[in-house]
Amino acid sequence: MKNKNHIPAYSLNIEETTLHLAGSLLIGNANVFMEEVLMCLKKYKHKQIVIEIDHLEYIDSIGVATLNYLKSRLDERKIKVQIDGGKKEIKLKLQTFSLNETIQIQKNKKVPFWEDVGYQMYRFLNDDLRAFIILMTNVMYWSITDLFKPKMQRQGEFYNQAVLIGVNALWIVLAMSFIIGLVLAIQSATQLRNLGANIYIVDLIVIAMMSEMGPLMPAILVAGRSGSAIAAEIATMKVTSEMDALKTMGINPVRFVVIPKIYGTIVTLPFLTILADILGIFGGMIVAYFYLDISFQVFINRMTESLYNRDILIGLVKSLVFACIIVLTGSFFGLRAKHGAEGVGKVTTQAVVVSISLVFIADSIMGLLFY
Amino acid sequence: MREIIKIKSLSASLGGRNILSDISFNVYDKEITVILGRSGAGKSVLLKHLLGLMDIQEGEVVIFGKDIAEMQEEEQKRLYFQMGVFYQNGGLLNALTVGENIALPLEQNSNLSHELIDHIVWSKLKLVNLLNAYYLYPSQLSGGMLKRAALARAIVMDPLLLFCDEPGAGLDPISLVSLDKLILNLREQLGMSIVVVTHEVSSIFRIADRIVFIDSGQVVFQGTLEEALQAQNKQVKNYFDTAK
Ligand SMILES: Nc1ncnc2c1ncn2[C@@H]1O[C@H](COP(=O)(O)OP(=O)(O)O)[C@@H](O)[C@H]1O
Ligand SMILES: [Mg+2]
Repeated sequence: MKNKNHIPAYSLNIEETTLHLAGSLLIGNANVFMEEVLMCLKKYKHKQIVIEIDHLEYIDSIGVATLNYLKSRLDERKIKVQIDGGKKEIKLKLQTFSLNETIQIQKNKKVPFWEDVGYQMYRFLNDDLRAFIILMTNVMYWSITDLFKPKMQRQGEFYNQAVLIGVNALWIVLAMSFIIGLVLAIQSATQLRNLGANIYIVDLIVIAMMSEMGPLMPAILVAGRSGSAIAAEIATMKVTSEMDALKTMGINPVRFVVIPKIYGTIVTLPFLTILADILGIFGGMIVAYFYLDISFQVFINRMTESLYNRDILIGLVKSLVFACIIVLTGSFFGLRAKHGAEGVGKVTTQAVVVSISLVFIADSIMGLLFY
Repeated sequence: MREIIKIKSLSASLGGRNILSDISFNVYDKEITVILGRSGAGKSVLLKHLLGLMDIQEGEVVIFGKDIAEMQEEEQKRLYFQMGVFYQNGGLLNALTVGENIALPLEQNSNLSHELIDHIVWSKLKLVNLLNAYYLYPSQLSGGMLKRAALARAIVMDPLLLFCDEPGAGLDPISLVSLDKLILNLREQLGMSIVVVTHEVSSIFRIADRIVFIDSGQVVFQGTLEEALQAQNKQVKNYFDTAK
């Protein structure tokens, strides 16, 4: 047994053009050996050197690699190396563990900055954007055609997805919207009171909840909960060849996996939005009652005046768009997964970040359109 | 003949089921010990016990003269430096390229320079005939390539003791022969003691010095290859006959 605390030593001496190596060369002393040899050969003038290993007692595969490495280092300096002598078993080891071909160890070439930017841009437009648009049209096509072919849908899958994506998010959505309504009202209550415009708290809360917070809150929560889950599920299916298996069974993977999720989200997110609206306004009502002395009756009366169908509709349209964004980005990133299990984690994070960003971008665009 | 590993009446139950019962055998210095048995017999679980990956519930495992149940962390680490392990499904890190995977034990546990380590990695890749995989990620390899990459990593530190869990499964016959040759070379030239779990009968004939046959968590036969071929035990006979 090699004792790691007591590493066998090598011995080294150089005469003219011969390097005598004796003792043992192994993992424990290879580093010291390399340093010493290169030191000794610093001023070496001749164009060849013989490494004589007749008295080398032991060498392991790392020792062999070390000798080869030395050879390649000296090659760079145009010094020809010849290994000479050696016991039979040592020669055998040199033969077994040597890297005969000289491997051109390629260093990763550094790409110029602008070239890289250009390439990334091209890749984004050509690969990512195109793939996204193809996925989108696919999903659109199948989600409309499948509406008329209920037999083609997986039994109970729509229900599963609706529960998983929508219903299970119910409590967190309710709690968060209530809190948002509460906070929104508290923040504005003081300002309004100073202006003596107490009653406008109603307009403020109702409009903010209906057209902004109501659709946005559930969308963000669902993106965080289910956008990541969708990406992870699809990515896992991708890296374990389940997607390929579906395809070769003659089943369109997008249709099979993504469409039920689209249905599930499109149906549940508007409901979540309506509930979020109600809870948010309820939060506002409570603040109005305690801080601004506006009774529930007055609040509701004012609400019927300030609330237009248009606002409700805008909120619902937004939530439908958000639903599509969440499922599409989740699926898109899931389908892009590469590199085994580690790739799954990566695309999951990307899916959440991108879908929440897209939700915000879409929200502001629609805000401008419907202003 | 020195014993490298001594296993004395090792028993284990997992999830309420008895997986190993009263297993005793030795692994000897510079020998290739083949553990045989049908799938589900408990070979991987046995291996995990030898590696200290599962707590020993009953019995004793002694490696290099030390009871592994009583080892301190420091001692265990030193033991791991002298062991190479080849896991059934590779155990390569997916986040690293094959080259980085193989370099990892050396980078972490030795003071060798990067260039030298790189050289060592290339030479190990050549040993397993996988030079073209240096820059690839494990997910980009085929099953057989993965096996060979994992083997390269297992032997990169020149361990004294090498464990291989089904190294031959999924390899083409040519790769299998060269893998066996490599295992023999490692034993012959570097003096490794090797424990191999395998089903490949052709492989057993080429490499086995000693055979331990496990069935339903029990050792039903142990002995040299010649003894195994003449064994009267029904399961062992059956195994070699079926394979013929
Ligand atoms: N972590 C575990 N928990 C419970 N049972 C296990 C566990 N690991 C393995 N087993 C069971 O132990 C038995 C032996 O498994 P294994 O050692 O992997 O078989 P093989 O001999 O094919 O390598 C199997 O029946 C398996 O179901
Ligand atoms: Mg197994």
